[in-house]
Amino acid sequence: MNVGALKEAFPGETRVAVTPASAAHIAKLGHQVFVQAGAGSASGFSDADYLKAGATIKGSAADLVSAVDVVVKVRQPTEVEIACLKKDQTLISFFYPGQNADLLQKAKERGVTAVAMDMVPRISRAQKMDALSSMANIAGYRAVIEAANNFGRFFTGQVTAAGKVPPAKVLVIGAGVAGLAAIGAARGLGAIVRAFDVRPEVAEQIESMGGEFLFLDFSDSQDGAATGGYAAPSSPEFRAKQLELFRAQAPEVDVVITTALIPGRDAPKLWTADMVAAMKTGSVVVDLAAERGGNCDLTVPNEKIVTENGVTVVGYTDFPSRMGAQASELYANNIRHFITDLTPGKDGVINHNMEDDVIRGATVTRDGAITFPPPPPKIAAIAAQKPKEKPKELSLEEKRAKESADFRAQTRSQFTLLGIGALLMLVVGLYAPPSFLSHFIVFVLACFVGFQVIWNVSHSLHTPLMAVTNAISGIVILGALLQIGLGSSWVIALSAASVLIATINIVGGFLVTRRMLAMFQKS
Amino acid sequence: MEIGLTTATYVLAAILFILSLGGLSGQESAKRAVWYGILGMALAVIATLFAAGPVNWHLTAAMIAAGALAGWYVANRVQMTEMPQLVAALHSFVGLAAVFIGINAEITLLDVLAARAASTGEGLTGFAAVLAHKTPAEIAVLKVEVFLGIFIGAVTFTGSIVAFGKLAGKIDGKAKKYPGGHALNALAALICLAVGVAYCAGVGLLGSSLAQLIVIALFAGFIGWHLIMGIGGADMPVVVSMLNSYSGWAAAAIGFTLGNDLLIVTGALVGSSGAILSYIMCKAMNRSFVSVILGGFGATQQSTMQIEGEQIAIDSDGVAAALNDAESIIIVPGYGMAVSQAQQSVSELTRKLRAAGKEVRFAIHPVAGRLPGHMNVLLAEAKVPYDIVLEMDEINEDFPNTDVVIVIGSNDIVNPAAQDDPASPIAGMPVLEVWKAKTVFVSKRGQGTGYSGIENPLFFKDNTRMFYGDAKKSLDQLLPMVG
Repeated sequence: MNVGALKEAFPGETRVAVTPASAAHIAKLGHQVFVQAGAGSASGFSDADYLKAGATIKGSAADLVSAVDVVVKVRQPTEVEIACLKKDQTLISFFYPGQNADLLQKAKERGVTAVAMDMVPRISRAQKMDALSSMANIAGYRAVIEAANNFGRFFTGQVTAAGKVPPAKVLVIGAGVAGLAAIGAARGLGAIVRAFDVRPEVAEQIESMGGEFLFLDFSDSQDGAATGGYAAPSSPEFRAKQLELFRAQAPEVDVVITTALIPGRDAPKLWTADMVAAMKTGSVVVDLAAERGGNCDLTVPNEKIVTENGVTVVGYTDFPSRMGAQASELYANNIRHFITDLTPGKDGVINHNMEDDVIRGATVTRDGAITFPPPPPKIAAIAAQKPKEKPKELSLEEKRAKESADFRAQTRSQFTLLGIGALLMLVVGLYAPPSFLSHFIVFVLACFVGFQVIWNVSHSLHTPLMAVTNAISGIVILGALLQIGLGSSWVIALSAASVLIATINIVGGFLVTRRMLAMFQKS
Repeated sequence: MEIGLTTATYVLAAILFILSLGGLSGQESAKRAVWYGILGMALAVIATLFAAGPVNWHLTAAMIAAGALAGWYVANRVQMTEMPQLVAALHSFVGLAAVFIGINAEITLLDVLAARAASTGEGLTGFAAVLAHKTPAEIAVLKVEVFLGIFIGAVTFTGSIVAFGKLAGKIDGKAKKYPGGHALNALAALICLAVGVAYCAGVGLLGSSLAQLIVIALFAGFIGWHLIMGIGGADMPVVVSMLNSYSGWAAAAIGFTLGNDLLIVTGALVGSSGAILSYIMCKAMNRSFVSVILGGFGATQQSTMQIEGEQIAIDSDGVAAALNDAESIIIVPGYGMAVSQAQQSVSELTRKLRAAGKEVRFAIHPVAGRLPGHMNVLLAEAKVPYDIVLEMDEINEDFPNTDVVIVIGSNDIVNPAAQDDPASPIAGMPVLEVWKAKTVFVSKRGQGTGYSGIENPLFFKDNTRMFYGDAKKSLDQLLPMVG
């Protein structure tokens, strides 16, 4: 089939949905790749590069659309673009069907199969197509760079001949992909990074990136797994606590990066005007949620403003576009992986399998019908968040009750065992001759001692233990020694053989154990 | 020598043996513990030689000298990676000796009874003299003991030989059974029991009682052979410690026969120690002892969970770069390290990484390798300090904070299916949670499944990279590039 990438019409958009590298990959799947002239120029890919990669250049958008079966692009289609599409053509792009009901309706009327890259379900298999994550990653990184650019100081602390420079303190609000990327980038520049998220389970991820998790002591904390790994709106009480925490941070931190988004809603206001007022002159707020109204009260979308007290508030909405080459590369790879999934046979035939969770989830219109919202995926979004056996916080009484129950159960089982053992002993004692019994007592006691002693042997010494017990079990030599002087030649021959092999066992066993133990050494 | 003196020496020897086992609770005290064991054994042998009555001194000395020489030779020549098969081979000796001694006891018993019938029982000495004074009830008990000694001894003998063959790679490690499987074992056990009852009751089955014992030994031998043949290579740690236990019980049974308390004590110590080890191993694999013994693990396994994704390979440059960037590294060795003798390279890599200021630790799963504690011994041989070698429980929580995990030739013990897939044959087995680390490198020879034949979803995870090739060669490639 023919796959074609449109040049983005949106002003300032530098990304492109197909790069020369991804074009080569798509061609390997058996598809013909078409690119609109100049589509990659803003992100540094010339038409010549595309030609080299085997793509065909089409002069205009209309030419391209009429030549291809699958149209790929970055931004959601404009009115004009959607009007060019033909019935049964496939469109792959960001779509935001939840917010663009009109567009959805139009796509349906045109009979287009629309695939929304922002609807790719968050399951592990689909990670390679998760364009939201790859764009968020770039946004997070870029946010730190923008902050550093507008911050008149070093990020890293230094002690120089000209004086001591304290490290910058960065607060990241919202530890999604963008937040985590921002933490990593800020750490990389040497700043002290604190981070907050309403989902306490991300604390581990924050710490793994080198950030410090600001813990909010609140009982009604959210379980992000219930909402597919995204945050959900929180209760007013929780919000109050949260703002209190931020208010305390405001005078201290130099850079605030907010990334808090709740799917399908306006961005929550988390960094209020009074917090900005409390910040030091020269501080920077970067609001990654500006497109959805912003997390900061003072954010002006698409603009950078400086407040009266000298705090810069950055409200850009085009962070990925500011890194066009990188963003195109990642997005083109996401697209390419999606096309790979659409072409299971690698034979250039698109098989739009609506049974597939990922394809079904991302498809928003098909055959003249709206297929949004998709049914819940068959696989849970986040690996079955097993009811993480939280060490159930038992109350003191419960704990005590449990302990005493355990103790009782243990006592009961021990008594039962003892009882059975005693009964067996009695039976043996009733029938066996006394000479046997005296040996039997020794035997039982020895077993008991053995059990008690062996439990203490450390795991790492199990092999030496085996070798030593093996050497010791060569004690059967005693039996052979007791018999070697007796009776017939048969007895002598057999006991001589026994002495021989038992000695091999003893000497070999002990020497090997010694050799092993001699090797253990401390660092 | 006086009987009292002998008994006192035996008590001393028994205490030394107990101290010897107890001393293995720590690496340092263990070095002393071996000497306790050696001393105890020497005391026991000397005391017995003087107390046993007539001793064929020349023959005994010759046999002990020859045995000691052979033992010394073997112990010094064996490679540390061959330790499991050596231990298995030595177990078979104990089993065989137990069978011989049991048969001897019966021969002597027959002689004594014949002498008693001819009322010429006065001139008997040593063990025969003990026998001569036994009442009929005691002789009945004695026969039960002889039967047990021979039965357990024979099972140990053939079982250990098969275990040796499997561990040494001389026999195919896959679980194999004759048609009939465990029914065949049960049948053999029944025959043993029937002949044993006949023997104890003095029924003249099969001509003579000696022939009965030999038949028992043969069938018991078959059971040992067939039982262990039916167990896959992955379960060998349990098998070896189980055979260890058996060899102890065989010694104890012989002790009863001969009325020798030291034999009984020592046999019981060894027997219970092996039993506990087997229990610990089984627990580490979350399987019951019975299912290990009766179930062929490696026989028929289908992959129960569809695994998605692909195994992504990486070359030594990539691994070296990641290692150089990492701050904390955990190495998870497995049987594959032993096979390719890579422990020296691992040690060298550890030394270099530690010299570069990185935190390097080892995570050892209880059933890694083919013998309990196998990996610890190999690492110790390569001079890896034992205080950075940690057990599963000590280190499992640290994986999320670890930058790089290197899995060297282990498979099942790092298989996430044990936690995620209830249908997996290893479901519920505690495993090392390596996939929680930032990056996992798996050094492995090829794409095949491990010993147990189970597909490992770890290899398909996004943070896993496959470092294909022989473990030693791969690590040696890596060495010049790190540090």
